[in-house]
Amino acid sequence: MTPAWTWYVVILTVLNLGGCAWLLMGTAKRRSSDPKPDETGHVWDGNLTEFNKPLPRWWINLFIITIVFAVAYLVWFGVGELKGVGHWSSKSEWALDNAAEEARLDDTLKLYAGKPIDVLAQDPSAVSIGRTIFINRCAACHGSSGHGAVGFPDLTDDIWHWGGTPNRILDTIQNGRQAVMPAWADTLKAQGGPNAVDDTIAYVLSLSRPDQPKDAVERGEKMFATICVACHGAQGKGNQVVGAPDLTDSYWLYGSSMASLHKTLSEGRQGAMPAWKPVLGDTRTRLVGAYVWTLSPHRDPPPTGAVVAE
Amino acid sequence: MVGVEGTYNDKVVRQFAVMTVVWGIVGMLVGVIVASQLYWPDLTFGVPWLSYGRLRPLHTNAVIFAFGGSALFASSLYVVQRTCHVRLLSDKLASFVFWGWQLVIVAAAITLPLGLTQGKEYAELEWPIDVLITIVWVAYAVLFFGTIAKRKVKHIYVANWFFGAYIITIALLHIVNNLAIPAGLWKSYSVYSGAVDAMVQWWYGHNAVGFFLTTAFLGMMYYFVPKQADRPIYSYRLSIVHFWALIAVYMWAGPHHLQYTALPDWVQSLGMVFSLVLLAPSWGGAINGILTLSGVWYKLRTDPILKFLIVSLSFYMMSTFEGPMMSIKTVNSLSHYTDWGIGHVHSGALGWVAMISIGSIYAMLPRLLNLSKMYSTRLIDTHFWLHTIGVVVYIATMWIAGVTQGLMWRATDPENGTLVYSFVEALNATKPYYLFRLCGGLIVLSGMLVMAWNVFKTFRLAAASTVPQVVLPPDLSDARA
Repeated sequence: MTPAWTWYVVILTVLNLGGCAWLLMGTAKRRSSDPKPDETGHVWDGNLTEFNKPLPRWWINLFIITIVFAVAYLVWFGVGELKGVGHWSSKSEWALDNAAEEARLDDTLKLYAGKPIDVLAQDPSAVSIGRTIFINRCAACHGSSGHGAVGFPDLTDDIWHWGGTPNRILDTIQNGRQAVMPAWADTLKAQGGPNAVDDTIAYVLSLSRPDQPKDAVERGEKMFATICVACHGAQGKGNQVVGAPDLTDSYWLYGSSMASLHKTLSEGRQGAMPAWKPVLGDTRTRLVGAYVWTLSPHRDPPPTGAVVAE
Repeated sequence: MVGVEGTYNDKVVRQFAVMTVVWGIVGMLVGVIVASQLYWPDLTFGVPWLSYGRLRPLHTNAVIFAFGGSALFASSLYVVQRTCHVRLLSDKLASFVFWGWQLVIVAAAITLPLGLTQGKEYAELEWPIDVLITIVWVAYAVLFFGTIAKRKVKHIYVANWFFGAYIITIALLHIVNNLAIPAGLWKSYSVYSGAVDAMVQWWYGHNAVGFFLTTAFLGMMYYFVPKQADRPIYSYRLSIVHFWALIAVYMWAGPHHLQYTALPDWVQSLGMVFSLVLLAPSWGGAINGILTLSGVWYKLRTDPILKFLIVSLSFYMMSTFEGPMMSIKTVNSLSHYTDWGIGHVHSGALGWVAMISIGSIYAMLPRLLNLSKMYSTRLIDTHFWLHTIGVVVYIATMWIAGVTQGLMWRATDPENGTLVYSFVEALNATKPYYLFRLCGGLIVLSGMLVMAWNVFKTFRLAAASTVPQVVLPPDLSDARA
């Protein structure tokens, strides 16, 4: 902001507030030439007239007080490039408040620093803090109960696409994940003809639901063996290192409708989990990890044949 | 025998008065529907053009510009003729203003549910409709100021200052905020961007409140309160001071809609202090109206029309006290984005704007139809109580809901500094109040239906007697050559 604009604003402000004060002072007292308070001069529409009663004293005072307050406030807090005598800015106020809160928080959270999430999960107060972080940060995608949504994993089961050990879960929370299912439509069609996408879907579905058309499954299996196998493994059991899901279970992150599977294979999926360590810091990501740990029953191990990440 | 020139043009006034009631019912009905959607989100079965996001702007546009606008056209065109002692400048222009404005409303009622919007609150309508509004508004300005110019009295009555200021300012606000580059018939891009866009929008938004919903309705007040009470205005002097202060100060208050945003600190500060300075000028109008009743307070016992007018001024005082308080940064950090804002708006819109309009229509209609009074004074009283109770239920529930939300959103655990509640928990806590709010809205709407019946029966009574009224000659001492 240039000084010229600052002065433009200052002058307009002064004229406006000064104008109000001048108007008040000019009309507060009756001059001898003015009509008397109970005199009604003009008449409109038969019976519309006006008294000329003085301005109520309390009203004048109220007006003056607000004008004085306005001037004092602007002098203290500044206008345009002119810094106020109070040296205040919303940025500095936030920085001070934030620093004080962070210091207090560090003190409270010291207790939980550096501990693995499955250990913290045993401590009810740690889990309770983790829950409040979860409902304010994670619930937007994973749901307030952690049941997930289409494209956002359910955290209450034993299926962990990126690995379900305490270390892997913490890594996922702290550093985020970027899924990389490529778009396969062109490659599949080049290798297996116009129906290659549908054939491959038939084969993938046959891993969990055997009642698929036999010849389509056979054609799809060839596609799978040359392309999908790289990440999902020969048996389709997945690979936690790259986040490739197990295709033999009944859980489908993007739903199991033909339309959705078609989109997944043809156009790919790039699900993203943000990295939370830069936002929440180390200890708070551990606390939210502890809460997430309590959501899952930890009954079933990863499927045999899967590449498991520790 | 007097020619057409010697009579008032009351046809356009009657048309707008009837449409005030019609659009009032439509706008408030849409309000009741969106209030129900907040309680039962699946109410409209996922039909896109009945979704909350599309009906909500339809509700705001219908009540502000269709209901409030029609009331203002009716009253300003009635008042300017009576207080200038002359017929409107042009009957054709008057007719054009009426049908043009109805066309704007119908266009809004079609395009908003279709999802065609500029995305600016209270300025949603796309550019072709904005152009039409501008043309109609200029015609209205020519009609109004042209009538003032050919007046038969020396002095311009105070109500006309307020109507005049409103007409000029709305033209300015509408044009500046809607400047956009068209990209097809129903799509445009604002010429502003970022914080400047936000600032222009709320400069417009708050002055739509200041000049459309306040200044203009004060014009209504300055005619119908002294007329109905048959008393002189309390103070000419006060009307001058609060008029100039009001129009000078209102222009600055917009930034209080953007406290704690990317707007520079000092702009936020200016918005706040000018909102506080606005308190006295706002109250100036209200006390001038209320004190006009000095000596005739007993009339409130028997005249429900006067009750509408005076209670509207009480709501006006209340919401113009609440507004400056909410603009204070510390209060704003609690109240902003909560239902408190919705409560505040409705104490202004239903308490002040709707009540002064309804009172004025009840006062004006019999005079327009050469009758001594409305079909039923008791039904006016019924309407008064329904409306008052509905408004109080509405705003009280929104205060509670709003403060609850504000407190829950900011609640932090003193032990560990984390937020205590999720958004959905605060939503759950406010859900019961949405049902009470719906009840308040339904009570207000039922009052409007009582009004419609009363207006219908009054027209039936008058069916044979709508002979044009002869222009009253001005008082000799005030006559202009």
